[in-house]
Amino acid sequence: MERPFLARNPSVLWFLLGLAMFTIGVTVLSEAAGLGLVSTSFLKTLGKTLCLCLVAIAMDVVWGYCGILSLGHFAFFGIGGYAIGMWLMHARTEGIVLPTLQAAPLPPTPQEITDAIGNQIFGVVGSSEFPALWAFSHSLTLQLLAVVLVPGLLALVFGWLAFRSRVTGVYLSILTQAMTLALSLYFFQNDTGLRGNNGLSGLQNIPGLEHRSQAEVSLWFFWASALALALGYVLFAAVVSGRFGSVIRAIRDNEARVRFLGYHVEHYKLFVFTLTAMVAGIAGALYYPQAGIINPGEIAPIASIYLAVWVAIGGRGRLYGAVIGATLVSLLSSWFTGGSAPDINLGLYVIRWTDWWLVLLGLSFVLVTLFLPKGIGGLFDRLVRKGDAP
Amino acid sequence: MLRALLLCLAVLVAASAATAQTTLQSILQSQSEAVSSPSRSTVDGVIAALAEAPPERVAPMLEAWRDKFLWVRDADGVFFIARPEGTGLTLTDIDTGARTDVDDRSGYSEIRPNAGVRRVIDSALAQFQLSDPDIARRLAALQSIGRDPSPDQLDPLRASIPDEPDPGVLARKQQLERQLTARYDPDPAARIAAIESLAGDLSVEARAVLNTILATSRSVAAEVPEGTNVARILTPGEDLSVDDAYALLVDAGLAPSPVSAEALKSALIENIADGSVAGAPIHTLDTDAARIAAYSTLAADGTVPPFVSMDDRIAATRAHVFYTSYTEPDPQITAAAQAALAGLQTRLGLSQFADLSLDALSLASIYFLAAIGLAITFGVMGVINMAHGEFIMIGAYTGYVVQLFVPDYTVSLLIALPLAFAVTFGAGVAMERLVIRWLRHRPLETLLATFGISIALQQLAKNIFGTQARPLTSPDWLAGAWVYNDVIGISYIRIAIFILALIFLGLILYVLKRTRLGLEVRAVTQNPGMAASMGINPDRINMLTFGLGSGIAGIAGVAIGLYAQVTSEMGSAYIVQSFMTVVVGGVGNVWGTLAGASLIGIGQKGIEWFNPSNTLAAQTYMILFVILFIQFRPKGIVPLKGRAAGD
Repeated sequence: MERPFLARNPSVLWFLLGLAMFTIGVTVLSEAAGLGLVSTSFLKTLGKTLCLCLVAIAMDVVWGYCGILSLGHFAFFGIGGYAIGMWLMHARTEGIVLPTLQAAPLPPTPQEITDAIGNQIFGVVGSSEFPALWAFSHSLTLQLLAVVLVPGLLALVFGWLAFRSRVTGVYLSILTQAMTLALSLYFFQNDTGLRGNNGLSGLQNIPGLEHRSQAEVSLWFFWASALALALGYVLFAAVVSGRFGSVIRAIRDNEARVRFLGYHVEHYKLFVFTLTAMVAGIAGALYYPQAGIINPGEIAPIASIYLAVWVAIGGRGRLYGAVIGATLVSLLSSWFTGGSAPDINLGLYVIRWTDWWLVLLGLSFVLVTLFLPKGIGGLFDRLVRKGDAP
Repeated sequence: MLRALLLCLAVLVAASAATAQTTLQSILQSQSEAVSSPSRSTVDGVIAALAEAPPERVAPMLEAWRDKFLWVRDADGVFFIARPEGTGLTLTDIDTGARTDVDDRSGYSEIRPNAGVRRVIDSALAQFQLSDPDIARRLAALQSIGRDPSPDQLDPLRASIPDEPDPGVLARKQQLERQLTARYDPDPAARIAAIESLAGDLSVEARAVLNTILATSRSVAAEVPEGTNVARILTPGEDLSVDDAYALLVDAGLAPSPVSAEALKSALIENIADGSVAGAPIHTLDTDAARIAAYSTLAADGTVPPFVSMDDRIAATRAHVFYTSYTEPDPQITAAAQAALAGLQTRLGLSQFADLSLDALSLASIYFLAAIGLAITFGVMGVINMAHGEFIMIGAYTGYVVQLFVPDYTVSLLIALPLAFAVTFGAGVAMERLVIRWLRHRPLETLLATFGISIALQQLAKNIFGTQARPLTSPDWLAGAWVYNDVIGISYIRIAIFILALIFLGLILYVLKRTRLGLEVRAVTQNPGMAASMGINPDRINMLTFGLGSGIAGIAGVAIGLYAQVTSEMGSAYIVQSFMTVVVGGVGNVWGTLAGASLIGIGQKGIEWFNPSNTLAAQTYMILFVILFIQFRPKGIVPLKGRAAGD
């Protein structure tokens, strides 16, 4: 008789408990609840950080547990953002355009409405036609499906191609990076219908919630992000425990041996790759309405490398490690680049953190990789293990 | 003796007297009536008479005449070139060029030739300019003809050809003469001959001439009129849209103008009465069909012009013939021009292909240069160096800094190349010793560590050099381009990069295959343990190999900086492409990198050929192609064989 899942994974309970406490704490301190100790913009940052944690644990599963260093998961994250952004932009533009059209003496025809919306959205790239990609943008349901299905399908096709020809290790990383570059170049083009360089903007205005304050809406998104992270954490904890988890870890450690034992290595890898891509899409769909804007730069290969770096700093092969890494690096990043970190005056030269933060970050990657191969989570483990050492 | 001398003197005096007689002023005086009140019928006589005068004086006089700067003194009828100066005039003597100022212009009259006369003067002037002794003026005249050809330039141009001393100018004159003949000669046979001779000329001008001859316009009629040089009969719906066809009908006055959506809407709005239009309540008018129905009701009452439905339009277009006709009425000439253009298109296609091949070759050599260092560090050592792009950047900035201190671009380039190598070699060695050595057994983590170095270096460069692009100026002898004809051409920098790539290919092959270092590198790559037991120090070899790869990246940086701009992000633009080049080519093999670079460079230009305006799309499709390519040859074009392959 197997013990229940949560009993076997006490860390999941601890994590959920911690997340719940954090969420309640932030809610009580937020502006919407009255105390106002947590400003709306900081609340947004926290909500975004939760989404980044979600994509980071997805990355941890695919890399830390399954050994696939994917340099494309942030692209899936971005695609999720674009998918929801298309609906947000369409619905919001419709909300702006319709009253004007209805104020005219004649009621608008469907064609006129479409033209007016298209003109608003695509005017910046010198077009007013709705591209085929936007065919479903009027429907929230379909775009929500796209949030999951488009990254999933892309990962499925790409993974199937890559895994079946046994591209592994470093080569796979380069190939996923190439895929990411191709995607970002595609999004950068004006004529692919995603507004090129401009990306999608105004996503923080949720159609139908115009009468609600941003403080309130941000809080809802914060809750949704926390819920998604909790569900994602449980899902991935379930995936990496038990038999399935053992197989994917074995693939990480010695792929050939697992294959010789009769497992279909490709199927396992493909499942993990696709599942994590879908979760990344969901995380992106929650992130970008809080960020308010998405552009192709977010999809560029460098973003996916950063994602890998968060996981490496937090500690691979442990889900809470990814959460630690993503939280720490992204919050520190926004603290340093936001200009709130105090400058250091050396007399001859003033170190401005907005200029020097990336140098510090880069060097700390090197130090962490060299001296903390298991990341910060590894330190944590060491403390825990000391207590119940055999 | 004295007599002979006197005779000579007499002859000289007589000669000078004769010369004096043919001064420009005297000729003008002999024609004074025709000069001061010129008309189309008299002006030719004046110009014929001017042939006697010294040509260098005639041109300015004709210019003045044309531009209404020729004045006549009322008292004695002497002509001057004059510029109004306040209330007075600055007079220039027609023969000597001597200037005098007069305060009062009342004793002088301006000569005002009419437009027709001015045109005659103009073409006569062209002839004088075309035979001007000053080659610059002749070229200027030719240039103005080339820019703005007109029929009356043909005769002066032809007349100036036999006396042209300079072969270059002569060739240009003949070329222009052919073009003008093809367009304007009254004799069709001469035009056809000229058109046929243009078939061998790939220049933009020649193509423009042929295209002008073949200029067409769209027309519509019930029947094609007699004598029209028809290029094509058009079928509405296939060759042109029904809307365009109908618009032609409207323009030709053969059909009523259609009611535009806007006009329909405003007509409906104007006729709103009691919340409905023509009996239809306003809220029902939210479809095109309902709006048209309401409008038709209005039209039936005669309040608005009738609605032209799609069916009406199709019927109207069916009843007429649409065709494009040549502006040139002679079908023989258009046929000849078409044949010439078709022949030209084939040659043009070949030339464009050759030009594209040059571009592809140059792109391939850039990719090769950027990737060859990686081929060594990644291909031979298996180390993923994400900071490779930053080594390229460091090389480029080294070149820039050298230029700040050494103003001579040639010398600074000669200093920059080895210096860039030295700097990046040092950086590579340091990086190998401090970081990469400790991650030997964790290749994926070298990726992260070197990525950290990459962002740190990028930001460092930004802090030092700022975010704006820095110029790395090439020496003068590398400026400009090698131009074969109007289509095929390539800049010297790209040729230099190509040569540099070739040199590096040779150099690296030599180092790896023919030197002691190369032997040791290959030994360490294949089996470090065995190499160490043979007395090779693997640590030292790894360090040197990494330094070599990084140093070459530095030199590539100088080369790339010469034609692209030097920014802190220039390296990251090449890093993914470089990795793909190495992977596609096959790891561990310099020839493989060459093959990979060629495939990617040529492939990318090949895709651009189909859609030249969109480089981004070409890159996107190229990457997709590479991803698919890896499916079929996971080990690259030139795969490693045997134990070193690792499987």
